Amino acid sequence: MRYLVLLKAAQPATPPPGELMAGIMQLGEEATKAGVLLDTAGLAPSVAGARVGVAGGRLSVTDGPFAEAKEMISYALYDVRSKEEAVEWTSRFITLHHDLWEGWEGEAEVLRVFGPEDFGPDGTPQL
Amino acid sequence: MRGHNRGVDTTGRAIEAVWRIEAPKIIATLTRLVGDVGLAEELTQDALVVALERWPADGVPANPAGWLTSTAKHRAVDALRRRGAYAAKLAEIGRDQVEAVDDEDEWAQRLDGRIEDDLLRLIFMACHPQLTTETRVALTLRLLGGLSTAEIARALLISEATAGQRISRGKKTLAAIGVLGEVETKERLPSVLEVTYLIFNEGYAATAGDDWMRPALGAEALRLGRVLVGLLPAEPEVHGLVALMELQASRTRARTAPDGAPVLLPDQDRRLWDRLLIRRGLAALERAQELGGAFGPYVLQAAIAACHARAATADETDWPEIAAIYQVLASVSPSPVVTLNQAVAVGMAEGPAAGLALLDGVTLDGYALLPAVRGDLLARLGRHDEARAAFRLAAELTRNGAEREIFLSRASAGAGADL
Repeated sequence: MRYLVLLKAAQPATPPPGELMAGIMQLGEEATKAGVLLDTAGLAPSVAGARVGVAGGRLSVTDGPFAEAKEMISYALYDVRSKEEAVEWTSRFITLHHDLWEGWEGEAEVLRVFGPEDFGPDGTPQL
Repeated sequence: MRGHNRGVDTTGRAIEAVWRIEAPKIIATLTRLVGDVGLAEELTQDALVVALERWPADGVPANPAGWLTSTAKHRAVDALRRRGAYAAKLAEIGRDQVEAVDDEDEWAQRLDGRIEDDLLRLIFMACHPQLTTETRVALTLRLLGGLSTAEIARALLISEATAGQRISRGKKTLAAIGVLGEVETKERLPSVLEVTYLIFNEGYAATAGDDWMRPALGAEALRLGRVLVGLLPAEPEVHGLVALMELQASRTRARTAPDGAPVLLPDQDRRLWDRLLIRRGLAALERAQELGGAFGPYVLQAAIAACHARAATADETDWPEIAAIYQVLASVSPSPVVTLNQAVAVGMAEGPAAGLALLDGVTLDGYALLPAVRGDLLARLGRHDEARAAFRLAAELTRNGAEREIFLSRASAGAGADL
């Protein structure tokens, strides 16, 4: 089953320590070698992005930054056997931040992504 | 850092998840320690039992993976001590200092650096040529996939007793073999790839009404293939196998009709193909081709699957290219099934007469697709009486109800019908 993990955080003013970056690289390599990490990347601050929506019946496009306490930091796409496995890999990732970056606060959402195996013969997702 | 407020059930599932992630690595390391795969697996299971007893009460430790690993290692040390084999083992792994006997942590650390070698050795042992193919499949699922005997039984449609027997006999055989020395990759690799692909196909053959454990085999094989790529990045056939599995798995959603009937490749709604898996499959194939050398059967099959993946519609399929790859495949790993598929491709690329000519002399006892393909080529040549006879034979041979329907309707089609 696929899970999308979205990391949101309020980053400390200090730059991320080298140890953390090395730890993230190592964990990513471990998850890739375990055959479970399909894709991952960091996200630029929202000032570089935009929001597209509908407001008052009209298409609206708003440039970033978005006024939110936490910014989206990164995403990872896992292919694992259970939600608990996705939670475990995510826990390792979050623990790294907590242990290695003083003052860091954040959270990750672990979201189930429908994959080809999740659709019943009638085309509806099966949970 | 870890939350301690999870319920007992939640903790139990969390423990199982950590265990499943770590078990193959722990078993692999312990196998070198204790010299016996079966014992290594039991000791790893013991660590799981301890975790299931302690974590719900004490909370999940800060480093659950490390905790499981060191618990299992301590159990291994205890087991070796009881057998009086500890000092000998230390000497074997390069420690000649007797005082080191009590320094378990340092010893454990020394073992850590070799995890990839250990894991690879474990995979090669599970697929050891002295084991029957059935046993290799069961042991691979057990040792590398962390599946329980009950899960293996459900996945393979065998009784739990049979699954248990295969596993315990396999472990006995492996205990007699002992720990493999330097792995002779080139010689052993075909068996590992074969077992992985067999597991994949078991999952792929599952149908709608099956237990969910069966399709889960496909995911298990794909994961194992991805692990192999990490362990043997220089082997083109490993990339080829992964490419083949990713590309085939990408069609999962499109290959079954709403009524459960199989949908053949040319009739599939390609918008339902999984783009991510196609991208990964094509990338894996590219890596295999970059590595060069003479292409093996998995790279070639993946190259064929890639031709289909690249075609936006069935009409855009590059049949001449597919027919050319089949010709190479038929010389690299000749088999009647390959010739049959080659005949289909040649029939599309050069016309039905050329395809039919390839089928001359091909025999595949009891294999429904041979008369079905022959029937299709004959019908396209306007030889309708012979075509109908071929489809009647195909309908008799198939064990799949939906397939039989298709063959019977073509067997009764009128002479002028568009077959």
